[in-house]
Amino acid sequence: MNEMAQTARTNAVQNASREKIAVRGLSFYYGGSRALKDINLSFSENKVTALIGPSGCGKSTFLRVLNRMYDLYPNQRAEGEVLLDGENILDAKLDLNLLRSRVGMVFQKPTPFPMSIYDNIAFGIKLYEKLSKSELDGRVESALRRSALWDEVKDKLAASGLSLSGGQQQRLCIARTIAIKPEVILFDEPCSALDPISTSKIEELIDELTDDYTIVIVTHSMQQAARVSEYTAFMYLGELIEFDDTSKVFTSPREKRTQDYITGRFG
Amino acid sequence: MSEHIVRAYDKELDALGRRIGEMGGIAEKMVVDAMDALGSVNNELAQQVIATDPRLDTLQREIEEQAILTIARRQPMAVDLREIIGAIRVAGDLERIGDLAKNIARRSVKIGPESRVPRASVGLKHMNDLATEQLKDVLDAYALRDADRAHAVWTRDAELDALEDSVFRDLLTHMMEDPRNISFCAHLLFCSKNIERIGDHATNIAETVYYLVTGGTLPAERPKGHPDQATPAPLGAVEQ
Repeated sequence: MNEMAQTARTNAVQNASREKIAVRGLSFYYGGSRALKDINLSFSENKVTALIGPSGCGKSTFLRVLNRMYDLYPNQRAEGEVLLDGENILDAKLDLNLLRSRVGMVFQKPTPFPMSIYDNIAFGIKLYEKLSKSELDGRVESALRRSALWDEVKDKLAASGLSLSGGQQQRLCIARTIAIKPEVILFDEPCSALDPISTSKIEELIDELTDDYTIVIVTHSMQQAARVSEYTAFMYLGELIEFDDTSKVFTSPREKRTQDYITGRFG
Repeated sequence: MSEHIVRAYDKELDALGRRIGEMGGIAEKMVVDAMDALGSVNNELAQQVIATDPRLDTLQREIEEQAILTIARRQPMAVDLREIIGAIRVAGDLERIGDLAKNIARRSVKIGPESRVPRASVGLKHMNDLATEQLKDVLDAYALRDADRAHAVWTRDAELDALEDSVFRDLLTHMMEDPRNISFCAHLLFCSKNIERIGDHATNIAETVYYLVTGGTLPAERPKGHPDQATPAPLGAVEQ
């Protein structure tokens, strides 16, 4: 084999799992109580990583650290490093608005703003960019298309976001998130309030989004984690117990605690 | 292994394991009886073996249905998933073993009056003893979830293959000695192939047990021929 071809392939493999976020020695405190204990983990670019674990294990806390959502609350602090493309996002001098435009978040319950479908999406874009009306229209349309909602709402863009069904509202929230063109999207149990059809649509969407985004998803559904993610992290009592390829975690996990949890032996 | 939070889940898995145990017991007895029937020209015993086979088929179907239901109902993960897939695979192998034993019993009925050189079937008896032991060991390995024991069975299959080679040569000699032996010995040749295949299915089960316990797989190629030989004897290359 010629050397160049080999080098090209090596690069391809490296690019395929480039580290987008590197978490180093992360601990998190709610006042005096330590909710995350020395977490070390990397999120690969353009891949879906699922965080699983029983309630209270720290997975949502972990997610909230990744875009500094916790900063909104007093007495909460993080220690360690979270490197987004090598830059520590826990740095106090960091521009939080900029961070959140790079790391978007979709919540458990759909949270459309009480405004029109169009404005739900345009609102965020306008915070970060000055665009002409036609450019803005284009961005709104592309975000809605991207989130597989366009065909269902294109004739009623002026209707309230709250008039949509739960599944549509959640896709609206995803559209709102991707309209800002983030690099990372955090999903906090995005389907727990949705019926199976809507859930399938969101999962299909997540799958498509990996072309452009790095995705971290917290889910209580083992099957969902197995379906949508390439990597899975199992957390328990604030610790990272196991992190591996999803296919490995769900067929033959290394750790007994992981096995007990995913097979329904404790919870 | 600790129990599931949902106890009905444990019951379903236990029921699967019990049915596999039952199939194993039946298959084992069929293999032993078929060879006894052949060795002692016992028509009645041979008919019994043939009559037992449908029971194995039924059990296999029940296991598959139960496994499918459990998958649909519980969406099993990790060791549970391997357990259920393992049960489906082992049931399939045991059902095939039953078929092979039935086939030997059928030939024993056919041979009946033509039985000519009793010592021709001695090698076959050796093979069958070994295959039966392999089957028994692998069923124990399954029941005890013992990967080491399964691995030992898997390795030992080479002995059975080597024995088949020597039985082949032996029967060939009998045929060359006296053409009147040919029909009888041809039947025995098929029987030896059947026994060798019973050994193969025992090896399959060993692979399944290994996977079930460890989550890993044994190499695709298992040792062939006599353990001491690097390559199998050329005569063994005859396939039917």
